[in-house]
Amino acid sequence: MNQETGKLRMICIVCPLGCELEMETGREPKQIVNIKGSRCSKGKEYAAREAADPRRVLMAVVKVRDGNLPVVSVKTDEPIPKQMLLEAVRAISKIEMEAPVKAGDILIDNLLSTGARVVATNNVRKAD
Amino acid sequence: MPRTERVAIIGAGVSGACVARVLSMYRNLEVHLIEREVDVGWGSSKANTGIIHAGYDDDPERFPVRARLCSKGNALWREAWTKELDIPANWPGDLVVATDEGQIGALEMLLERGKRNGVPYLGIVWDRKELEELESNITPNAVAALHAPSAGQFRHPAEAVIGVAENAVSNGVRLHLATEAIGVEARKGQVSGVKTSRGRIEADWVINAGGLYAEAISKMAGVDHFRIHPRRGEYLLFSKDAYPKTERILFPTPTETSKGVVVTTTVDGNLMLGPNAQDLRREESEATDTTQEGLDSAWNEAQKVVKALPPRDKIIRTFAGLRAEPEPSADFIIRAYDDVDGFINAAGIRSPGLTSAPAVASEIVAIMKDRGAKLVRKRRWNPYRRRRKPFRESSYRVRDRMSNQNPLHAKTACQCELVTEAEIVEAIGRGATTLDGIKFRTQAMMGDCQGSFCQFRIAQILARELNIPVWKVTKTGSGSEIGIGDITVLVGRKGEKRA
Amino acid sequence: MAAASKARELGALNVVLLDEKEEPGGVLPQCIHPGFGLHYLKEDLTGPEFAIRLYERAGSLGVKAFNSTYAMELLAHKGRRAVRAITPGGITEFRSKTVIFATGARERNSFEIGIVGHRPAGVYTAGEAQTMMDLHGVMPGQGVVIIGSGDVGLIMARRLALQGADVKAVVEMLPYSGGLARNVQQCLFDFGIPLYLSYKATKILGKRRVKAVEIVKVGDRLEEKPGTEFEMKCDTVIVSAGLTPRVELLEKAGARIDPATRSAAVNELLETSIPRVFAAGNALTINDLVDYAAMQGEAAAKSAVGLTQSQRLSSDRWRPVVKGRNIGLVVPQYVSGRREVSFYGRVRQPEENVYLKVPEIEVEFRQLRVKPPEMLTFTITSKKFGKLKEGKITVTVEPRG
Repeated sequence: MNQETGKLRMICIVCPLGCELEMETGREPKQIVNIKGSRCSKGKEYAAREAADPRRVLMAVVKVRDGNLPVVSVKTDEPIPKQMLLEAVRAISKIEMEAPVKAGDILIDNLLSTGARVVATNNVRKAD
Repeated sequence: MPRTERVAIIGAGVSGACVARVLSMYRNLEVHLIEREVDVGWGSSKANTGIIHAGYDDDPERFPVRARLCSKGNALWREAWTKELDIPANWPGDLVVATDEGQIGALEMLLERGKRNGVPYLGIVWDRKELEELESNITPNAVAALHAPSAGQFRHPAEAVIGVAENAVSNGVRLHLATEAIGVEARKGQVSGVKTSRGRIEADWVINAGGLYAEAISKMAGVDHFRIHPRRGEYLLFSKDAYPKTERILFPTPTETSKGVVVTTTVDGNLMLGPNAQDLRREESEATDTTQEGLDSAWNEAQKVVKALPPRDKIIRTFAGLRAEPEPSADFIIRAYDDVDGFINAAGIRSPGLTSAPAVASEIVAIMKDRGAKLVRKRRWNPYRRRRKPFRESSYRVRDRMSNQNPLHAKTACQCELVTEAEIVEAIGRGATTLDGIKFRTQAMMGDCQGSFCQFRIAQILARELNIPVWKVTKTGSGSEIGIGDITVLVGRKGEKRA
Repeated sequence: MAAASKARELGALNVVLLDEKEEPGGVLPQCIHPGFGLHYLKEDLTGPEFAIRLYERAGSLGVKAFNSTYAMELLAHKGRRAVRAITPGGITEFRSKTVIFATGARERNSFEIGIVGHRPAGVYTAGEAQTMMDLHGVMPGQGVVIIGSGDVGLIMARRLALQGADVKAVVEMLPYSGGLARNVQQCLFDFGIPLYLSYKATKILGKRRVKAVEIVKVGDRLEEKPGTEFEMKCDTVIVSAGLTPRVELLEKAGARIDPATRSAAVNELLETSIPRVFAAGNALTINDLVDYAAMQGEAAAKSAVGLTQSQRLSSDRWRPVVKGRNIGLVVPQYVSGRREVSFYGRVRQPEENVYLKVPEIEVEFRQLRVKPPEMLTFTITSKKFGKLKEGKITVTVEPRG
């Protein structure tokens, strides 16, 4: 965000094309106007959302006890506020699961009150 | 029966290990081999071409010790040591290539010199056809070449040191790893012991085989008549599918400073070039880093002896090694001293140190006897060390049997070189505690991927066998750990970047 | 896995899937980020989820999977096709009518990209770091420099930053990133990680463990600009310098290799120069998307099953696919002109507003932008091939207007 001109530039992450978007802040707080550079309507929607309330899916790992692997990969089932990503990693670093873990298992129900759930994306068997 | 005399050898490189092996033949010697790294052979010994030189290079007038010991060492490796110790090596012979008429005089001089030094089967080849039969990749500019059939190469020089050291230990030598010599004690002009980072070792004899640090160690004993500075050489190693290769070991006509850049195909079939020669300052004894200029220089020089080299993008590894260059004379310093009785230097073992090492060991024995040591041979001394035959060198039937006997042979640890988990475990049993230690004992991580696939898997095996967390596994000992903790170790630390 | 499932679907009686690892999936289980299967399964899955889907499907279709099975040799003398492998039960020989090679790729290491210096602990390829962290829960280091801005490098930058490391920079020799622009946004800009374009990492410092990396600015021709060298302190270097196919067994068995793809040259059936031996996925050519790898697997399976069931053209009717202007590589390397073919290729240089053309059959595709990190994919139907009179076809890139 350029403080002087109030212009904001970003790359759209909706699809692999990665259009370079340019927009301006409006008069209302968190209002975005004049979105330029997107090649589809999704991009415009993304820009508005992103500037107001950027969200990302978290991908990380959670420790597992007694498994054939010491960690299981996880993701959030919906994007969470971008600025909470590091705090989210802190939260999932505090827990440890007991093997077995199945892909799809919900490991944390309401991550940091965002409503998003932390879901296992791989299987971890009990260690032999 | 004469009293037991204690011998402390400082440095478990090729020289120290060979001295230890030879001294282990004597009943009344208690031999201590002291090494500051966590494994043997990690100084100059591990980073060179591994060539066992024929012995025509060393001028007997100017460098009598080298001249005497090189061809003797060659014969000892070739006729006895590599076989007794089961050290992989091959003997392709070498060619010193002259590419213009002006260099022929040099070849003739080397021929003369070689004969004087006792090099067998030496001759100059003049016929172009014969040259090409000997070496299909010889440069079209070759006018003649000195052919030395007695030259050979180790598969890997560190492997040679490991073989010698294992045999020495099996014959009673006490190996002190991760033990740094910090002082040589003498009482009334007679050596009495070595002070180390792990305590004092009593000794009646102290043999300085300290390689790049020999000058400092000699000074600890009050002997100060030479300097050692590092001479760096850089090397390039190609993948096994890089062509063209060579059949012989190829040298250019040598210069005053060095034998020149060698082109050879290793025992395992990788073309290798190097070293260039760059003299460094005495304090730079840790400068084993490669440089763009050094590698380019080796690459350019290598072109002179061959018809063609493989494309440069087939290089899988580059490395550098340091040789201990003595001053003022460039000859080996192997001698005792009247004012410090019992202290013997085996210093300045520059090229051809690897080749000469077994002969250096005999020299040390001769000096000890000359200084009054009464040495009694053991009735039973075991000259042999056997490796387990590697899985990948075994037939399918044997592999099947091996994996039935030990299921860990059915688990591949290194795919490129086909090294099994059982072999990794065995290497750990033989003393490897680091990734490099495993590398030099098994060939794992030496293939085309240079460890990017298998390094972590091997680290897991080490972690399990040594009962340490996997992030504490090291490449070369303390300070070279592969990780810093588990995945959460940094989470929640101050100073994280904000998203 | 895709090939195995497809083969069973098409009626192959005995389909055996061999893998060296203990768990199936190849590198997929360590790719914990989404973006897998958008085309192939019409879903956005993480790598491990995608692998599970494919594996379960293969299992339910009756594919016989052998894990912890290391293929030592491909035997292809006369009519025999077999793979000799080490299995937990000992040495086993798997004999079949056809073999599909889908062994993936390996990463290029620091030596291969010409980095000099010491050889300390702490230098990892991006894949190694991924394995360490996301399969085995080990943190490689705390101060990181990443060499190469391809997608894998960008993704690891984010991973490391999320786990609390200080990712000092991603260093890229070219003036543009090798990865998707949106990954530059999500992985670097989002985390405040600087992207150094037109900079080259030249030297690693540190004898036991990495201490720093030396970096220098480069010009348009990638030449180093003297005086611009500086050191970046770090304890970890991640090398993300690209992949190269792992095809040693094919080479040893005598398959002809295309130096452009660094893999076996194949015809439109994805058959190598060894009859009835096929290649697919990253072992055939480095793919941008796992979806392409899966589709190649299916194509190879289709061909393999087809060959065991019916006729094919004799080899001297294969027309070479010639690389035209600005084409770096193209797969397949031989076509018959009688079937529909899906092509995969890469350009040598980035260009904008071009046509991708096959002049011999007057086919052209408009491309807004082409660059080497983005794979070209196009299909030519058998009808279009009908126009082919020449003994070869050329794939070329021409500027528009």
